[in-house]
Amino acid sequence: MLFYLLRRVLAGILVLFLISLFTFAIFFWLSPDPAVQICGKTCTPERIDQIRSQLGLDLPFLQQYWQFVSGIFVGRTYGEGAGAITCAAPCLGFSFQTNQSVTDMIADRMPVSVTVAVGAAVLWLLAGVGGGLLSAVKQGTGWDRTVMFGALAGISLPNYFVALLLQYVLVVQLQWLPFPHAASFTEDPVAWFQAYLMPWLVLAFGYAAMYSRIVRTNVIDTLGQNFMRTARAKGLDQSLVMRRHALRPSLTPVVTLFGMDFAGLLGGALITETVFGLNGVGKLAADSITKNDQPVIMGVTLLAGLLVVIGNMVVDVAYTGLDPRVRVRSA
Amino acid sequence: MSITSAARTISIPVVGAPLLEVEHLSVSFPTSSGPATVVRDASFRVDQGTTLGIVGESGSGKSMTSLAVMGLLPRGGTATGSVRLFGHELLGRTDRELRRIRGDRIAMVFQDPLSSLNPYYTIGVQITEAYRAHRGGSQAAARKVAIEALERVRIADPDRRIDHYPHQFSGGMRQRIMIAMAICLEPDLIICDEPTTALDVTVQAQILDLLADLQRQTGTGMVFITHDLAVVSRVADDVLVMKDGDEVERGTTEQIFTAPRAPYTRALLDALPRIDDPFETLKGVQA
Repeated sequence: MLFYLLRRVLAGILVLFLISLFTFAIFFWLSPDPAVQICGKTCTPERIDQIRSQLGLDLPFLQQYWQFVSGIFVGRTYGEGAGAITCAAPCLGFSFQTNQSVTDMIADRMPVSVTVAVGAAVLWLLAGVGGGLLSAVKQGTGWDRTVMFGALAGISLPNYFVALLLQYVLVVQLQWLPFPHAASFTEDPVAWFQAYLMPWLVLAFGYAAMYSRIVRTNVIDTLGQNFMRTARAKGLDQSLVMRRHALRPSLTPVVTLFGMDFAGLLGGALITETVFGLNGVGKLAADSITKNDQPVIMGVTLLAGLLVVIGNMVVDVAYTGLDPRVRVRSA
Repeated sequence: MSITSAARTISIPVVGAPLLEVEHLSVSFPTSSGPATVVRDASFRVDQGTTLGIVGESGSGKSMTSLAVMGLLPRGGTATGSVRLFGHELLGRTDRELRRIRGDRIAMVFQDPLSSLNPYYTIGVQITEAYRAHRGGSQAAARKVAIEALERVRIADPDRRIDHYPHQFSGGMRQRIMIAMAICLEPDLIICDEPTTALDVTVQAQILDLLADLQRQTGTGMVFITHDLAVVSRVADDVLVMKDGDEVERGTTEQIFTAPRAPYTRALLDALPRIDDPFETLKGVQA
């Protein structure tokens, strides 16, 4: 088990290393010179050289990459002497646009993204798993068709469209909700809930659609398994057969999916946050991309990678508890 | 065994009634072009302590016959005719009533033991849940019964092995576990649906010996479904030959093997390799 965990952690570190290397390489070779960008309109060649040397942009690729990576672990100092700027670990550099520390920018935005992700996850798990189960048990009936039609809609409608539609209906037409605005949970919980409700619904709709289809397929597949026939042949009552024998094999694969999706979402829901004007990591990523703010793009990319790697690891460990066949192989 | 169990009330034997009596059993499924009959007018009986072999090719309706007896036909399937356990009619009973009979009075052993066991639970859970569903009682008491059943099917070290998962056993052992599950409630009838088909020949022989021993000890009646005539000749007292859902021939094992009346039975026997004539040409069976 320990060996298994160690292997997973090492694999995760390798993935993160590769992600950082590729992202860094893309910016090093393919992006416009950041020194020019920072320098602005009233720029002189001397000023550009000065910026380059302060940020270490005049160094060769590997050396720059090394400075970046070591900055994450031990922090780094830009420039020398009196004008030197220190950046404490985990240092992801400074925004070219605002000069703010990227680490701080992400840390500021994280709570919003976490709130969006957790709320949406609760909704989509309830709707997706519940809908999938209902659909499978009532296979071929009106219930099944209704759920599957909803799922098809959820999968095919892009979430920016659903977001706008929801805003139009709930805010403009029915006036059930105010226009989305930022609100703090401690100061005004109702406004906070209203601000997040639509993002939750929009995100959950798409995921729930996918989950209900997967759960439905899994349950139908499990119901046809030989061990289900054995369970019935033992004279167990139908609810025990379903609860004990059908549910666990059907839902275990969903854990994998959920771990990945949830981790991905923690790293920011780009479209949803942008549409609803929520200042989460997703919106930060979108803004930094439009402004070509490389340190920020680099930072959010690494964060997303880290979250998915961690999510994956959690899933792998959880799986050893959920599926006895995996447990033995990994021992 | 407790008489209080509700299952027992259905089955206080009607005096003189055989263990299992099936008369004019037909099974059909609805299709887009009208009902398809997969078993037509099958009749047979099984007495206590005896074994009926049902033989036939794939699709001959042998498994559907057994599932109809258990009331476990796949969705849409309907059975007509009569299935009586100790004189009590089973067809037309509610699922709730049949549940008391399944596992308790009639147990089943299926073909592929790996897929017939749930991979997510230990064999202990899967054996004890059957016992507790019918007899209630504590988990500890059920576990004791389960360990005894494992001992009877000759699983070594049952105290420890009971907490293992199906994938931790070999194919033959898994089938023993299925048998342990079937016998732990001491049913009157065990239906074995191709129980040795997925096993190699040596293990097959062990399982057949085990079933015969258990039958000698308990006097359980047995229905043994197989496509393998050699197996039938070894275990069955009576044989029912089926083809395309029809009953072809019924008789004692000796009669079927020495003096088959139906041409199809004869063809089946001719297709069997003989140890005393290694140079004969095997004949196929006309489908």
